[in-house]
Amino acid sequence: MPRRYAKSSGCAIHVNSMSELFTAGGNRKIDLLLSARFRSFFYQTVLAVLVIFVGWYFVSNATRNLLELGVASGFGFLAREAGFEIGETTLLSYSAIDTYSRALLVGILNTLHVAALAIVFSTVIGLLIGLARLSSNWLLARLAAAYVEMIRNVPLVVQLFFLYAVITESLPAPAEALRPMPGVFFSNRGLAFPTFVSLLPIVLEHPQFSGFNFAGGGSLSPEFTTLLFGLSLYTAAFIAEIVRAGLRSIDPGQLEAGYSLGLSSRQITRFVVVPQALRVIIPPMTSQFLNCTKNSSLAVAIGYPDLVSIANTTINQTGQAIEGVVIIMAVYLTISLTVAGLMNWYNRSVALRGSPT
Amino acid sequence: MNLNRRSKGIEPLSWLRARLFANWFSSLVTVTLLALAWRFFPPLVDWALIEAVWSPEKPRLCRELMGQGACWAFVADKYRFILFGTYPAESHWRPALAISILIALYILSAYRHSRGSRLVVAWLAGLVVVGWLMCGGLLGLSYVENERWGGLTLTLLLSTCGLAFAFPLALVLAFARRSELPIVRWSAIAYIELIRGVPLVSVLFMASVMLPLFLPAGVSIDKLLRAQLAMILFAAAYLAEVVRGGLQAIPRQQDEAARALGLNYWQRTRFVILPQALRIAIPPLVNTCIGFFKDTSLVVIIGLFDFLTTIKVSLGEPAWTGFGVEAYLFAATGYFLFCFPMSRYSQTLEQQRAPGMGMDRVRSIGEVR
Repeated sequence: MPRRYAKSSGCAIHVNSMSELFTAGGNRKIDLLLSARFRSFFYQTVLAVLVIFVGWYFVSNATRNLLELGVASGFGFLAREAGFEIGETTLLSYSAIDTYSRALLVGILNTLHVAALAIVFSTVIGLLIGLARLSSNWLLARLAAAYVEMIRNVPLVVQLFFLYAVITESLPAPAEALRPMPGVFFSNRGLAFPTFVSLLPIVLEHPQFSGFNFAGGGSLSPEFTTLLFGLSLYTAAFIAEIVRAGLRSIDPGQLEAGYSLGLSSRQITRFVVVPQALRVIIPPMTSQFLNCTKNSSLAVAIGYPDLVSIANTTINQTGQAIEGVVIIMAVYLTISLTVAGLMNWYNRSVALRGSPT
Repeated sequence: MNLNRRSKGIEPLSWLRARLFANWFSSLVTVTLLALAWRFFPPLVDWALIEAVWSPEKPRLCRELMGQGACWAFVADKYRFILFGTYPAESHWRPALAISILIALYILSAYRHSRGSRLVVAWLAGLVVVGWLMCGGLLGLSYVENERWGGLTLTLLLSTCGLAFAFPLALVLAFARRSELPIVRWSAIAYIELIRGVPLVSVLFMASVMLPLFLPAGVSIDKLLRAQLAMILFAAAYLAEVVRGGLQAIPRQQDEAARALGLNYWQRTRFVILPQALRIAIPPLVNTCIGFFKDTSLVVIIGLFDFLTTIKVSLGEPAWTGFGVEAYLFAATGYFLFCFPMSRYSQTLEQQRAPGMGMDRVRSIGEVR
């Protein structure tokens, strides 16, 4: 970074040009011009021209190609009728006669739905596994370590395919569904569970088996169940490592100091360990939450209609490739920036006052 | 929580007591885990090994034993397709040799004493030979178009070439992001953050549906090259951030000292900054490589015949439908065999670095202004 010197002090400029005196042989004024401001101006201009040229080249090609294909560019297609069904419309009613914009909205909501739930589950599971890895029980610690290694060294999409195969091939039909808990049914049609009809008094609506599937209560499709389980278990392995590193970052002396002050071990955890560990844990946790959201786009591989999957269908039907990809990228960037912003805000509230983080 | 990791000098005989039955909670956990293992382990062994069908001649037997025994016959029947894709059968030795060369290069790179310019030469030579073996058309080998490349070979090629081309780009991006020139810096920031903000799936879609529109009529890039391009552009953004982390760890005084010696910008970068920065960045770089290797499996979405896709496609054959559990267990094992050694390697490097290099001390001195 020679520029910093050139700007900051005259002495450095002198040294800079001295070293070049040996090579250029004395033409100091021109060297100075070449080495400092001129070069900076030159490089930046070249880069700007290059970027603009490549951009212009792509845009002009795209315009010509689209014209030849007869595709009208722009977002006008959003108001047209979509004409395809979506398998899962839990959060927003939708049918084939609705518009593309509504279809994409369903996709966005589906992405947010699965990502939000997966973030919650993976945090809980990750915390437990991180604690298990630090357990004094050898068996538990080894088991947690094996889990982390197994999950982290296999691609998520393979895990999703595997889970999907387990659910659709190995689980029994709804008539003989597994019942891990009373009222909860796990079958090759997904997960069925009781829902609250009212909270006071507590009234539950249990899923009832009728014909070929369950009716009543709540249910999750095999695709959603796969994605939720897969994402949660995958992200949990990464979160476990973050939790472990965070807890190990605390000096044992801190605990000893706490004990010598007469704090109970619960108080030490609450007032000594957790606040300090959170400072180490929050920043990498943010990127895991973002990864989890981005990884939910793998839904397209198992046929869960998330944003990417619906945008892909839209692109195939309308030929509006550029607009489709722009929508996908805009939505993910918005989600990324929002989550990052929220987590930074939370991080500031747990950080040491006056510290730069 | 065992936060206090000080050795207590446990004697061998009391190991069990200390590690498994230290208190009532620990004992409860041990007993529960053993009970679970007793309940689930024997049926699993039965299914995976004892009752399993191994011989590929009996797909019907697989179906009869469905649910009781695993059907490894699937793997035994399809292994050539899974390893080499649709590569001409009489030339399977070529991708096999290519895989061996690539694996040999990975192992060579992991040895401490083989770093440096010699390694770069070995890689370049290795990649040229691999390219020649795969493409052919020269020196007596018949030409094979890249649509026929597939299976594990394609996975290794995609990840190796992807990283090989992404790394130089990442170096440029990392330096650009630290540049004093605003336009250069902001271009790098915009690129890196844009790529890191979107999922790889969308970048792959972009390459497969959007890229053809951006090219002039008549010019076309084949599917494999487009996917490879997308993966390079994607990996570069992530690698650049790791390299930048390494660059940030180098104290400013190193640069100033090199300047005082009269080295110019390129000399300082080449001989002083970069070697130190890369050494610090190796463990996170290896982790990024693992992530990238795993990410190559996403080409299944745009229909390239890599390791995972060949397995998925094989499952579509009538004889083998319904054996997804076995097939994907095999796929998981395959990826694990590559990723786990890499992850162990990066962990070893991190542990080696922690006490020996005194890097933390150097860094803390560098922080004093």
